[in-house]
Amino acid sequence: MDRNQLQRQVALMRSSLIEQVPNPSLPSLKLLVGYLDEQQFLQLEDLQDDVNPNFVEEIVTLFYKDSARLFHNIEQALKSRPVDFAKLDNYMHQFRGSTSSIGAIKVKNECNQFKEFCLAGNAEGCARAFQKVKQEHETLRTQLETYFKLRRQAGLAETV
Amino acid sequence: MGMAATESQFHVLAVDDSLLDRKLIERLLKTSSYQVTTVDSGSKALEFLGFHEDDQINPDSPSISPNNHQEAEVNLIITDYCMPGMTGYDLLKKIKESSSLRNIPVVIMSSENVPSRITRCLEEGAEEFFLKPVQLSDLKRLRPHMVKTKVKDQNLDKKQENQENPEEKLDKQEIQSEKLQQQQQMGNNNNKRKAMEESLSPDRTRPRYSNGVATVV
Repeated sequence: MDRNQLQRQVALMRSSLIEQVPNPSLPSLKLLVGYLDEQQFLQLEDLQDDVNPNFVEEIVTLFYKDSARLFHNIEQALKSRPVDFAKLDNYMHQFRGSTSSIGAIKVKNECNQFKEFCLAGNAEGCARAFQKVKQEHETLRTQLETYFKLRRQAGLAETV
Repeated sequence: MGMAATESQFHVLAVDDSLLDRKLIERLLKTSSYQVTTVDSGSKALEFLGFHEDDQINPDSPSISPNNHQEAEVNLIITDYCMPGMTGYDLLKKIKESSSLRNIPVVIMSSENVPSRITRCLEEGAEEFFLKPVQLSDLKRLRPHMVKTKVKDQNLDKKQENQENPEEKLDKQEIQSEKLQQQQQMGNNNNKRKAMEESLSPDRTRPRYSNGVATVV
């Protein structure tokens, strides 16, 4: 695949990630609908320059490292009896902040659902909502990994 | 990132318990050409600033000149509101109660849009309140606060230079306590005006509001 094709792939993929309308030109990818907040993700990309060319990927890596820790805490809190809803709310609040920082709107929405159950003191609801959070979280990870891979390939092709 | 004008770069201290947010705000600030130091808690911020518990506002205290105690000069502090232990609000209070630190402009960030929280922070002396995620355009509002403080410090330094005579030490104390009184008065007026403005314009970031520059006559 030559440079132009690769770069086009990257651009198409990016618009799939952030736009509401699924992109029919990429049949190999799942239909992506509004996974990332355009403004926030584009701003992150704008912060990249020659000195910090991989800033977005670094941020995303941090995000997943952080979420692993918070998810573990949430899981423990959900298992404990009685369930400490204040703690759950606190952990989820931290995680939700991170989703907001990278513009992960779908994940954030599931966090909001979780918060509702938490406020209502509904442990089962929390557990269900948490499953959804994890699902969206994983889906986004896959998409982002592909995006970064394509980006790297396009970058490498440029230097040849 | 150029090497030019490093001497005139402003130095911002960013406080946030989230590593991701620290990295983000650091990048945003550096992109806006500021020098940045990040810390993960209010207590570490105070440590960095050289804060001393007994450094409260005291008209009888002989030396009330800002920035002398710090290792590195800090021109603005930007802090997250929600932090374990010392919140951004607690940090703000401590800074405003410290005679050596109170002149440093403080900006609060929060992921939650709670009007009463915003009012409380602004009334306590915060210059701005940013909703997270912070945008590059938000940071454009920082410079005026830092410039204003630098000018104020320069005026104060000039005043002190002109008064190196030991016989005038008493005068110095008088002038400084007068300045304090002026600032306190202005502080009271500020609070009233802020409360009024709050009811008039519920913007997500408050209309820029100056805490007033006290110039000694």
